Amino acid sequence: MNLAASWYCFKGILIREFLRFIQQRSRFLSALVRPLLWLIVFAAGFRAALGIAIIEPYETYITYETYIAPGLCCMILLFNGMQSSLSMVYDREMGSMRVLLMSPLPRPYLLLCKMVATALISLTQVYAFLLIAVLVDVEPPLLGYLTVLPALLLVALLLSSLGLLLSTKIKQLENFAGVMNFVIFPMFFLSSALYPLWKMQESSEWLYWICTVNPFTYAVELVRYALYAELQTEAMLITIIATVVFSLLAVTGFNPKKSGR
Amino acid sequence: MTITATSLSFSYGPKQALNDVNFTLEKGQFHALLGPNGAGKSTLFALITRLIALQNGDIKIDQQSIKTQPASAMKRIGVVFQQSTLDLDLTVQQNLLYHASLHGITTSTAKSRIKHELTRMDMMDRANEKIRSLNGGHRRRVEIARALLHEPEILLLDEPTVGLDPQTRRSLNAYVRKLCLEQNLTVLWATHLMEEIELTDPVILLHQGSVLINALASALVEQSGYQNLTDAFHHLTEKDDLGVNR
Repeated sequence: MNLAASWYCFKGILIREFLRFIQQRSRFLSALVRPLLWLIVFAAGFRAALGIAIIEPYETYITYETYIAPGLCCMILLFNGMQSSLSMVYDREMGSMRVLLMSPLPRPYLLLCKMVATALISLTQVYAFLLIAVLVDVEPPLLGYLTVLPALLLVALLLSSLGLLLSTKIKQLENFAGVMNFVIFPMFFLSSALYPLWKMQESSEWLYWICTVNPFTYAVELVRYALYAELQTEAMLITIIATVVFSLLAVTGFNPKKSGR
Repeated sequence: MTITATSLSFSYGPKQALNDVNFTLEKGQFHALLGPNGAGKSTLFALITRLIALQNGDIKIDQQSIKTQPASAMKRIGVVFQQSTLDLDLTVQQNLLYHASLHGITTSTAKSRIKHELTRMDMMDRANEKIRSLNGGHRRRVEIARALLHEPEILLLDEPTVGLDPQTRRSLNAYVRKLCLEQNLTVLWATHLMEEIELTDPVILLHQGSVLINALASALVEQSGYQNLTDAFHHLTEKDDLGVNR
């Protein structure tokens, strides 16, 4: 594969995703409103109900807002990953996926470019969220904003690859509503995004078990530690493995004509 | 640049879409792919462009199979699909630059080729307009310009004039014929509109997934015993009320 051609191709895909992104400002805003509602409204209501003990990586007692901020960063990436799968289904129905696949470059590379481009654009939303979160006293160390970057990128890739995998299974755009109920909500609620897992374990052993096999839990923990300039090796390894598995399944199962007759 | 299809068969589950299709497209020639709706034209296009994988048979471009040399095939083929595949919210230039980048073409080269293609299509002044603001004919022109950006040797057009008024249809058809002559392009133009075909064109008549006739349009008329291509086509592909061929 010609390196220069591969680079121009990636650049073209990234520019296209970026242009689509800036033309859909309302999507950007709605992607921000969702986690901000959780952070400002939900967290305020639950702050009193949920006392958080001192847990790693935090050095002292923290507010509930501080606890859920990493989970909400991942929530942005989760919704964007799923939205990218929606756009894949849309592209397939509208035919623009055909344009992508007319490239002479290998298809796995083209799909990877699309996933990375989506991931990079999602990061801008996460950083916008983190900036606003400072207003409600979510203040990780400055270095954390830098160290969280690779963690966010990895998580974004995990969720884009999951989105792509789902898009290979969705035949029509309408089926996407089911993704909300069967993928996004269970993944988010059955993870450590909103509550530490030991709290879950106190309530139900089997719910706790599901949380521990949910890759999203490890994605959240990876981001939580990285935001405080620490590396959670186990979370990183599991996130990497899940990303590779989802990507391989997605690329091998990809069928551009699925929505054809 | 010749394309050869050998023993092509394809089925969607139990439904046979193509059945033992054989043909050769000669270099620099305008070929018409004729067939009523559902004859298998779009399936054939999807196979040549690798949107669906070959099941039986092979397609070769200058003796190179698209199965073993997919990248080489994609470099040589330009396609205009039946449904528009332009991004409506991007401008003409942005759509074209995107396509060029997918083919690994540098931005500066792409810009000069875009200028060349749009100028000869009389579309240069629309380069910065969004696709959404263009009419159907102009959108098609952009798609043809896009298909030519990577300088392919083969141009495939799947019913490119669907939904366009007669005048625009004629001018697009004439434009592609001109390209064929001037650039020695091998063209496969799928249609079910007889006025887009000239008597000197080689015609592949596809019907219910099989090649019914592979000959010059004039020979097709002669063979049918009718006076013109329209009557000949209807006679050869017509069904009676029960859906059985006459």
